[in-house]
Amino acid sequence: MNPWIPYPAEVIEKRREALRVHTLRLRIRDEAIRRAYRFRPGQFNMIYVFGTGEVPISIVSDPDESGFLDHTIRVVGKMTAALVGLKEGDTVGLRGPYGSWWPLEEARGMDVVIVTGGLGCAPVVSVINYVAHRRDRYGRLKIFHGVKTPKDLLYRARFRAWQKHPDTEVYLTVDHPDREWKYKVGVVTNLFRQVRIDARKSAVMMCGPEGMMKSAVRDLRAQGVPADRIYLSLERNMKCAIGFCGHCQYGPRFICKDGPVLRFDQIQEWFGKDEL
Amino acid sequence: MPILDRNSLDLLFDALKRRGFNLVGPTLHDGAIVYDALASTADLPVGWTDEQEGGRYRVKKRADEALFGYAVGPRSWKKFLFQPVQRLWQARREGEGFRIIPEEEKPPKWAFIGVRSCELHAIAIQDKVFISGPAPDSSYPTQRKDLFIIAVNCGQAGGTCFCVSMNTGPKATAGYDLVLTEVLEPARLAIGADRHYFVVEVGTDRGAEVLRDVPHTEATEQENAAAERVVEKTASQMGRTLDTTDIKNLLYRNFEHPRWDEVATRCLTCANCTMVCPTCFCSTVEDVTDLTGEHAERWRKWDSCFTMDFSYIHGGTVRSSVKSRYRQWMTHKLATWIDQFGTSGCVGCGRCITWCPVGIDITEEVRAIRETEK
Repeated sequence: MNPWIPYPAEVIEKRREALRVHTLRLRIRDEAIRRAYRFRPGQFNMIYVFGTGEVPISIVSDPDESGFLDHTIRVVGKMTAALVGLKEGDTVGLRGPYGSWWPLEEARGMDVVIVTGGLGCAPVVSVINYVAHRRDRYGRLKIFHGVKTPKDLLYRARFRAWQKHPDTEVYLTVDHPDREWKYKVGVVTNLFRQVRIDARKSAVMMCGPEGMMKSAVRDLRAQGVPADRIYLSLERNMKCAIGFCGHCQYGPRFICKDGPVLRFDQIQEWFGKDEL
Repeated sequence: MPILDRNSLDLLFDALKRRGFNLVGPTLHDGAIVYDALASTADLPVGWTDEQEGGRYRVKKRADEALFGYAVGPRSWKKFLFQPVQRLWQARREGEGFRIIPEEEKPPKWAFIGVRSCELHAIAIQDKVFISGPAPDSSYPTQRKDLFIIAVNCGQAGGTCFCVSMNTGPKATAGYDLVLTEVLEPARLAIGADRHYFVVEVGTDRGAEVLRDVPHTEATEQENAAAERVVEKTASQMGRTLDTTDIKNLLYRNFEHPRWDEVATRCLTCANCTMVCPTCFCSTVEDVTDLTGEHAERWRKWDSCFTMDFSYIHGGTVRSSVKSRYRQWMTHKLATWIDQFGTSGCVGCGRCITWCPVGIDITEEVRAIRETEK
């Protein structure tokens, strides 16, 4: 089995989420590969656009919804622009799934605390959906989400929908509000001073800018959340996703195969170091 | 142990060629000793040696006709096993989508001649990266398959060598089919005339089988002792030393240290050290199309952690300062590598010192950090 070979997948649906953000629903063309494909929330695929390149994109759909894979993509450069420029019926190459996953088994019976900032939302959407569809397995679901401006709020409709879910709390905050903004103002970690988190029975899963995660970890640790119950999804440059290219090194870890989801106590001595 | 005379070495080459092996080994090219195709022992750098220091490499004539009387040059064997530029696959537009055409991988049947002990260790390290990971690479295992290795115990150490410190030489201990120790005895020591012979140790059944095709004798006690002395002398001549005591924790503790700022004032981030290093494995990929847009290819190329692009993610480069890039390279090589692959990434070959245009010396950098640790 040649790990470099992508398999063709069809864009079966394209949905606009926000300014320059789209979700592509992909369907692997080969039936045998499609049936065999299994992933867990938090993992990612390498998606190839013919002649343009390949990028890692996290999977946001539910692992039990078979037959398709959703990827939410924000245009940040040439590759993501090419992906978002695709139409329904177009073909991409797909390799995956790669990497580690969110601790959804370990978190059974606990409160699930989601902390995301900026555009880090996409990798945790899979967790929120997963918990929402299996409500009896978990305690309360608390979602903390901070963005720069109201314009950057992805999934506005989904947040509203989540807010109505049983045992679910959604806290939104922006650094720079506009006149219509009716939620909180300030960085996401301010919210921890206003909302109680049960340190004894919470599993925290976070994704977003490293500066935000650093403050969030510090505040959560101060509230008594154990280091081994905080999980982070990290991002680094990635060319191969299979541990050969060396680009995604994070101290001794390779984000592609040891991550992207890492438990805080396992990266504690490296986390937050400048230019690591 | 078996013993081959100088002329029988060509018969050994012939025995490998008859078995379909392509011979590669050291040869003099553009003023350096590099690894390339060999037809016979005449292609070896007969009677040449090298001088190496930080940022300095020169070849010069020896007083004798030694075949392996030099240290390692700018190329390493990774050039063959992990190719510098390589096509991974092609794709062709077809109907609604495209079809991927994988590369056909044919085992090249290499016979490497003159592999040094440090380089055997380097190959074993790259094996861990490309074969033992979660998914073996598409190409490396094929290049590696059937590889026949004739190692050579070093007859002299280079000015930048420190294999004794890294516990990787100068005597080959594993990973070869045959290993030679070259012995040159001037007439005054030998009986009658100058003597030039090779004491052979067999590493594998395959090695023994090839050796049976070549006329050889059993070494006398004196000849075995002479071979031992060659290795002992080399071990005592190391140009550099590196204290590896607790080196992983030393570098983990000193992620912040003024020495990183100091070395950054000298480092040109040229990436030479990573290109000549026999274990550095980083690569990048490039996707290209032809003018019709119907045909696309994906290529893999050696890459280096010294470039800005290497750690680029949207919004910027993670390691933008020179300090952080040198620190990444050296900390990876000597420390994080141990956590990743259970071995140091450094084999003490000294290439990064010799081929650094400003002569930055990894052994000196470690010493500076160790001696000035708070």
